[in-house]
Amino acid sequence: MNPPPNIDTGDTAWMLTSTALVLMMTIPGLALFYGGLVRSKNVLSVLMHSFFCAGLIGVTWVLVGYSLAFAPSDSGWIGGTDFLGLRGVLGSTNALAPTIPHILFVAFQGTFAIITPALISGAFAERMRFSAFAIFILLWSLLIYSPLAHMVWGGGWIATKVGALDFAGGTVVHIASGISALVAALYVGRRIGYGHEPMPPHNLPFTVIGASLLWVGWFGFNAGSALGSNELASLAFLNTNTAAAAAALGWIATERLRTGKPTLLGLASGAVAGLVVITPAAGFVTPGASIIMGLMGGVLCQVAVSLKHHFRYDDALDVVGVHMVGGTLGALSTGFFATSAVNPAIKSLTLGLDGGLFYGGGPSLVWKQLIAIAVTYVFCGGGTFVLLSVINLFIRVRAEEDEEVAGLDLSQHSERAYSLGDAEMVAQVSGELRAATAPPTSGERFSIRLDGIDADAMIKYWRSLCQVHQGPVSPQFKSVYGLVTTVTGTRFRFRGGDREAIRQNLEQLFKPVSPTAKAMIEV
Amino acid sequence: MKLIVAIIRPEKLDDVQQVLAQDDVFLMTVSDVRGFGKQRGFTEVYRGQEVVERMVPKLKLEIAVNDAFVDATVDAIVRAARTGDTGNVGDGKIFILPLDQCIRIRTGEMGPDSIGP
Repeated sequence: MNPPPNIDTGDTAWMLTSTALVLMMTIPGLALFYGGLVRSKNVLSVLMHSFFCAGLIGVTWVLVGYSLAFAPSDSGWIGGTDFLGLRGVLGSTNALAPTIPHILFVAFQGTFAIITPALISGAFAERMRFSAFAIFILLWSLLIYSPLAHMVWGGGWIATKVGALDFAGGTVVHIASGISALVAALYVGRRIGYGHEPMPPHNLPFTVIGASLLWVGWFGFNAGSALGSNELASLAFLNTNTAAAAAALGWIATERLRTGKPTLLGLASGAVAGLVVITPAAGFVTPGASIIMGLMGGVLCQVAVSLKHHFRYDDALDVVGVHMVGGTLGALSTGFFATSAVNPAIKSLTLGLDGGLFYGGGPSLVWKQLIAIAVTYVFCGGGTFVLLSVINLFIRVRAEEDEEVAGLDLSQHSERAYSLGDAEMVAQVSGELRAATAPPTSGERFSIRLDGIDADAMIKYWRSLCQVHQGPVSPQFKSVYGLVTTVTGTRFRFRGGDREAIRQNLEQLFKPVSPTAKAMIEV
Repeated sequence: MKLIVAIIRPEKLDDVQQVLAQDDVFLMTVSDVRGFGKQRGFTEVYRGQEVVERMVPKLKLEIAVNDAFVDATVDAIVRAARTGDTGNVGDGKIFILPLDQCIRIRTGEMGPDSIGP
């Protein structure tokens, strides 16, 4: 195999790194972010949603998904079949990323394909059957994600005919997952007890670790979307961090005004909201604009998340409030803030504009952005509804009531995240269980009383015998100890055994305390 | 023999143990419990949604004592577990239960002798 032409090692190194970072966003970033927010009986099922996406789409992307997203097509709606099974990919480059191996572009885009459906899973968390989830993710990834990625990035009609901007996935990833989440949440219905039963997050430290991994991983997501190791990547990197920081502040400030206290969950959610907002704009706007966009995102998403209780839909983990609202805000404000001063490619990407409304481009870009947003809403929202309806014809999408009450960890996976320890586990008892009507018999019960011995001295000596000893134990003690049940005063009760032998042994045993002690059998 | 069951504030365990030790009461079983009495719960806020937590965390002490120790033990717990000079709602409760029998498993000893160290 000949080395592909024009490969830049610096670009390749950065894109390899970015690819790993974006995968880290899903596992464990998103998995932990979501996992901490649910009740403890469902945490494994939620972790599994993200991890399963990595497994499933890790395979399907290579076989089919990539081709449907990035192979050339005539229609502009869905990619062709040229790259099925990655045919002809090795040894070439893709025109979208001419300085890195084509195979690396496949891997990088694959991590985006993995996280997008994983994001949706927050909406129907705690109540969807795993089998239905698996089929939904498979179909959604092939029939909704790949076509949308093709329309926006893969040379499809939104790119070539509309000229809307989406740097790293505001429409393809966040609006797509957000609107699908809304439809899925409505379709699956509210969790049992939603609205009157408290459902507080079970582990906020998980959520904060997850949000932190998302924040860091997002540098791969946004700066990696520059598809090279250059100033554009650096700009996207800085914008990403700035917007996340501003949004985190915006969220807790809003919270402080509306509910009284700034919360850690608010800070973490705000950061994620800011990352979502800046995603479509990261390589198109100035750092100053990213502060404004981040702040708007923090404030707006905080309000959006709290509104879900008024609308009474159960988007369990606020995918709509953060990703749909944040993604829409980001895509729209890209139409205002984009400027070819920071990225000359805007002119060709937008089919001839210098920038957004605030940078001398007029309202055209805003309209283009609105078209892309609307198409994403209709295509993904409608598609999700159709998919879920079709799946529900064959298998029940929603968990049964008892499965949901028991928790999906047990009912779907026969596992539990937290147990109290070994004492909780009961080994399988061999033999038949019987009703506890009478204790097991083990011989005639009888007592032996010691006379002529001081009770205190006797019990003191008996206790010392019962301690763990170094060296051999006297045969008398051995024969007695196993059969003793209780001791009251100087009376020993036994649950069986040879009475006379035990009587003699007991006498022998207490010789050191009282040589004259007499043992008497009592029945 | 009596079983003294005391519900106290978790942060008071240290004080109670120290005062009890002065009266030669060393052995106890402690468990984490949750409950509510007159003390109101507390409010948590997650993404703007308020969750009222009515179950307040407490510690439950179970202390088996011989009759002669009952008054001293109760006194010690009351003294140590009360907050402030006059006490507050939520300081806890003490229950005294009759104890039919006590058996030290290791030796099989029964009765008052088997209580204590």
